Amino acid sequence: MGATEPSNPSRRRRRFVEALLGGGLFASFASFVYPVLRYLIPPPLADLGGDEVVAAKTGELRAGTSKVFRFGSRPGLLLMTAEGEYRALSAVCTHLSCTVQYRGDLHQIWCACHNGLYDLNGRNVSGPPPRPLEVFQVHVRGDEVVVSRKREA
Amino acid sequence: MRLLARTGEWLGERFHWEELIGPLAKKTVPVHRLTPWYFLGGITLFLFGIQVCTGILLLLYYRPGANEAFESVQYIMTRVQFGWLVRSIHSWAANLMILTAFAHMFSVLFLQAYRKPRELTWISGMALLFLAMGFGFSGYLLPWNTLAFFATKVGTEITGQVPVVGHGMMVFLRGGEDVTTATLTRFFGFHVAVLPGLTVLFILVHLALVQYFGMSLPPGVEARWKTNPGEARAMKFFPNFFLRELMAWYIALGALGALAAIWPWELGTKADPFAPAPAGIRPEWYFMFMFQTLKKIPAKLWFLDGEVAGILVFGAAGGLWLLLPFFDSMAGGRGRRWVLGAGIFGLGYMLAMTVYGYLAK
Amino acid sequence: MDTLQNKGGRFALPAALALLLWAVPARSQQNTCLDCHGAMDPPLQVTAEQFARDIHSQKGLSCASCHGGDPTEAGPEAMSKKAGFRGKVERGQVPEFCGRCHSDAAFMRQYNPSLRTDQLAQYKTSVHGMRRAQGDQKVAVCTDCHGVHDLRPASDTRSKVNPLNIAETCSRCHANGEYMKGYNIPTDQFANYRASVHYEAMTVRGDLSAPTCTTCHGNHGAAPPGVASVKNVCSTCHAFQSQMFEKSSHKAAFESRGLPGCVVCHSNHGVKHPSDAMLSTGPQAVCARCHTPGDRCDRATASIHADLLRLQGAIRDADAVLAVAESSGMEVSEARLNQDQARDALTKARVTIHSFRRELVDQDLQAGLKVTAVNLQAGEGALRERNYRRLGLAVSVIAILIVLFGLRAYIRLLEQNGTST
Repeated sequence: MGATEPSNPSRRRRRFVEALLGGGLFASFASFVYPVLRYLIPPPLADLGGDEVVAAKTGELRAGTSKVFRFGSRPGLLLMTAEGEYRALSAVCTHLSCTVQYRGDLHQIWCACHNGLYDLNGRNVSGPPPRPLEVFQVHVRGDEVVVSRKREA
Repeated sequence: MRLLARTGEWLGERFHWEELIGPLAKKTVPVHRLTPWYFLGGITLFLFGIQVCTGILLLLYYRPGANEAFESVQYIMTRVQFGWLVRSIHSWAANLMILTAFAHMFSVLFLQAYRKPRELTWISGMALLFLAMGFGFSGYLLPWNTLAFFATKVGTEITGQVPVVGHGMMVFLRGGEDVTTATLTRFFGFHVAVLPGLTVLFILVHLALVQYFGMSLPPGVEARWKTNPGEARAMKFFPNFFLRELMAWYIALGALGALAAIWPWELGTKADPFAPAPAGIRPEWYFMFMFQTLKKIPAKLWFLDGEVAGILVFGAAGGLWLLLPFFDSMAGGRGRRWVLGAGIFGLGYMLAMTVYGYLAK
Repeated sequence: MDTLQNKGGRFALPAALALLLWAVPARSQQNTCLDCHGAMDPPLQVTAEQFARDIHSQKGLSCASCHGGDPTEAGPEAMSKKAGFRGKVERGQVPEFCGRCHSDAAFMRQYNPSLRTDQLAQYKTSVHGMRRAQGDQKVAVCTDCHGVHDLRPASDTRSKVNPLNIAETCSRCHANGEYMKGYNIPTDQFANYRASVHYEAMTVRGDLSAPTCTTCHGNHGAAPPGVASVKNVCSTCHAFQSQMFEKSSHKAAFESRGLPGCVVCHSNHGVKHPSDAMLSTGPQAVCARCHTPGDRCDRATASIHADLLRLQGAIRDADAVLAVAESSGMEVSEARLNQDQARDALTKARVTIHSFRRELVDQDLQAGLKVTAVNLQAGEGALRERNYRRLGLAVSVIAILIVLFGLRAYIRLLEQNGTST
């Protein structure tokens, strides 16, 4: 840069080194900038939820139907009772961890694996389940049915 | 290159910027056997720059709060394109930065670069090291995973043991009596606002002092060069030293990329304040020597509670370490030997306790 | 006392002392029985601590409530006929003795309205009760299982009749070969039960609803269920399997040969965790005990067994791929979560086997295989993504290396031309 321009072959070498350095710098900058630009694009799914998760939209469930939603790393069960009330519980059977389902005809929660039955408060009423299901809180916020874990802090 | 030169000319016509950076252009770096140690500070600075960049990127998606923090980091790691890379680099660079900062501190200590007139440079550097550890401690909690939650609980608990002011400090750190979402909010504030502001300030002071005093020569080299001036050699800071420094930065970058791609930083499981503490809670590795000492200290030392005694000793040691340069000139040549001895003992103790901490489980 | 002192501070200590001084003589006045019996040797010994643990004592009953007598009298007159003293109860009389209160619904209502009052009636229908009626003195009476004088309610985990302890309690007689001599029944039930899946469920998994002796045999009306009623006993919990079995061809086949339902394949006390190998031809095979090799059922069984193994293998493969992806830092929690559905399907298929219908089992198996295929794909996708990351790393490392070489060459050029000093 500040040096006196040398003549003869070393000039060609110099040009080569400069090209190599420039190309390398350019390529490496490109490899830094590319991930950053991709990072800036907001992902299509805006949320992974927390202790709170949007389990359904209002109107998605009719009375006497249910759906399984993802709650953290486990499935949860959202159901609408015949009276049109929402209930949310853990969908993991306390017997052998199968996923339970709501039986509108029985008004009970049913595990298909070993015919375990729970009432709508999660209490194990018949069959092999040894413990009740965990019950979650349900709020309707706008057109979203929000399920959250019961906890004080 | 030509464009660069022309921009320089254009600026020079208006700002006389060559005058501004004149001292930098005249700056030289001594060349001797120990020159490579001069790179460490620059590498630390570079890693801090990486932290600022990746930290800002993380801020785009991170949400503080016990309900969301873990999920938002999980979101960054899984849903955001290259989010895993940004977070992993942030975590890895944080650890490397602490490592190079410690190495820089010990190299300065053993090369005796803290000697008069550079006492203030040493103190500003130590302040930066403490700030870096503060960054580490506050950043560790932000993903709100089990390990970090309990490590923070233990760490702030230790602060609470300090006599008289301890409890107040603990409440200040935790934002309450316990580690809750309030703690997370606080730590987030420290991590992204308070600490960066202070760090930038101290970096400016530190660099200005380094620039003002020039590079220090190790006493041995200095003596030899004085008796035999023909041996003295130096290179220009710009571009010769700077280009070498650039090479070091690029190596650090490559290492970071490789670490992040091959061993992405783990996320662990979400913290559950009501769960019992899991086995194997441990702090970040650079707090390990303190953690292990406090664990192994007898319950009662003389009339003091063992843990309190440990904290007081560490506090005193930290204070003395900060004032190390002032002992150097004391008692003739003996002071210097004391400082060196303390440095070797300190390094040995930290290494031994860290290794012990990891082996002992 | 501790809590009183801690809470009340200065005032509580004298108050507590006063209470103590008042309480000690008062108690000894009320029940002189324990004064002597506490100091006696067994079997007449009943200490105050022992009796304080007894549910009857906790409900306010005293020695005299059962044994009669006058506990306020300090001397032997306390045990006079005049004071209504009944003394030690003969072993053969114990059930009726307890029944005086426990069969009296009106009396029991004062203490525990929900407690049943039919124990004595049930006992009389039990094998124990019937043998006693014939004069057998060795059979169990109330106190053998419930204990005496420090009798705890069954809900207390230290009670001998708590679900956790029942098997042990029954085994004290039923596993004792010497004692059971002459009854001509086996004594290995307890050993078998200890090796069973039910015992494991109870003690390891802490599932108190898992069956113990009394769950199938009854407690006060204890008797072995007959051949015809075995499956009714099992079906109280295993309802699904029972429903399917009821509709299957095996029901009629078993009945016509007088085979006792579930027990034919699963055994009774020593019921093991069922394994797929029961369908195989190996040593654990159960079908082959009746079916001849190569018949229609045998072929169906073999293919169901193979399909079960196939689904298991598919689950394992997907798990393995997901584990590799996870350990290299890829996020596959969604697929991990869905793997549970495949495991559900496998569990369901194993239940459906009790219908002995190929097509029903197939439905469950296919559902499981479909899920694992999707999960496997997700895992492989994650591994591809990992390789893509490594490729990206390689590209940027190459760029970095070029810069490093460039810089080195540039520095050399610079210094050759004498720009350094």
